[in-house]
Amino acid sequence: MKISDFELYKSLLYDKSGLVITPDKSYLLDSRLTPIAKKWNYATLEAMTLHLRALPDEKLIKDIVEAMTTNETSFFRDTKPFTIFQETILPVLLEKRKTKRTLRIWCAACSSGQEPYSLAMILKEKEAELRGWRIEIVATDISDEILDQAKRASYTQFEVQRGLPIQYLMKYFMQIGEAWQLKDEIRNMIRFSNFNLLDSMSRLGTFDIVFCRNVLIYFDEKNKRTILEKIAGQLENDGFLLLGGAETVLGITDKFAPNPEKRGLYVKTQAAKEGSSSATGSATGSSTSGSSAGSTRPIGSGLTTGLFKRT
Amino acid sequence: MKTCLVVDDSRVVRKVARRILEDLRFNCEEAEDGQQAYEFCSTAMPEVILLDWNMPVMSGIEFLEKLRQMPSGDTPRVVFCTTENDMSHIQRAMMAGANEYIMKPFDTDIIKSKFIQIGLIDDE
Ligand SMILES: C[S@@+](CC[C@H](N)C(=O)[O-])C[C@H]1O[C@@H](n2cnc3c(N)ncnc32)[C@H](O)[C@@H]1O
Repeated sequence: MKISDFELYKSLLYDKSGLVITPDKSYLLDSRLTPIAKKWNYATLEAMTLHLRALPDEKLIKDIVEAMTTNETSFFRDTKPFTIFQETILPVLLEKRKTKRTLRIWCAACSSGQEPYSLAMILKEKEAELRGWRIEIVATDISDEILDQAKRASYTQFEVQRGLPIQYLMKYFMQIGEAWQLKDEIRNMIRFSNFNLLDSMSRLGTFDIVFCRNVLIYFDEKNKRTILEKIAGQLENDGFLLLGGAETVLGITDKFAPNPEKRGLYVKTQAAKEGSSSATGSATGSSTSGSSAGSTRPIGSGLTTGLFKRT
Repeated sequence: MKTCLVVDDSRVVRKVARRILEDLRFNCEEAEDGQQAYEFCSTAMPEVILLDWNMPVMSGIEFLEKLRQMPSGDTPRVVFCTTENDMSHIQRAMMAGANEYIMKPFDTDIIKSKFIQIGLIDDE
């Protein structure tokens, strides 16, 4: 691919989805965009690029952005976040929300659905304990194609063997030909919609738990910071954030602090609780000062201060 | 080091399984059918058994039923690993006391993820 074409796609992808593509990944553009060119009846990828330059078609751009996403995921991916959800987060929030009896959970880059469905199965197992609760799981992604797949909830033999305990397969799936179809009782627990993490999050409402896993790795530091700080704005002060194994808040934002014992688990810092509205002034220049009081405090104790100071 | 007994009548499958298991730091032993596996277990119970279904002499399911009757036969974790991939086989295996179930073809990822689930290895 020509340098100038590479630059075109690079800036387009960055603007539309935040994806950072480096020259050593330029082969990915070729391999993933050639099928798009074919789909749009261009003789070659160069021909498509030429037209894209002349008159950018929104639908074509959308196809390009979707083609460049990495949708790698699995049920109960990495195990631990789901153990943390079940054994640490749920007990705390079930206690804290026992009068309100509602929980809102957001999977912010849900891909083909394995992550939200894993959470749904955990909750289904606790059905008796959760009687009378209203639990909402919102699952979003930038790609309509992958969202359609998520809604269909039909998985291959390979997919149901990575991370999914056999008991859950027996209980919650039906075998239809070669495919494994998740049952409606689990499918109905998730609300899927298209959402770009670069957009304003306010329409989503506030959440108690946010899973934002294995997506920030594709972004630059500026977008990571903006997204994390927007998430802080949508997260209840005593809420929980889970990031992927290769992701962190350290050196990026002081709105969240890691739980020292539970890898991947983050809570809002005092600073984030007090002034979500003054984010503009304090966001920059705080490279390594994320270790405020919040980070050393164990979950479940001493988090009752600063009740709802949000303005 | 934990021992895993691989029970499969195919030498190729045993070899592939051995490579994966040794990478996961298991000591690997082999048996070609249920009868050989039964004899192995009479002298020493392994921590885990990777078990094929269809084999000559004694099938995997027959072996499992016998194993669970043996003294300390409830200690090994049994993971079926078979081309039988329909719900009724899975249910039958679990009823007979299997701990997990792998549908062939398998790879390192699948074995690893199943072993993590039944607590045989730690994540990472
Ligand atoms: C590797 S998957 C992660 C799936 C799941 N969270 C997990 O950890 O297994 C990354 C997902 O992020 C989505 N994505 C990429 N850029 C995005 C953006 N700007 N807004 C929302 N989703 C995005 C991709 O479409 C893809 O499905």
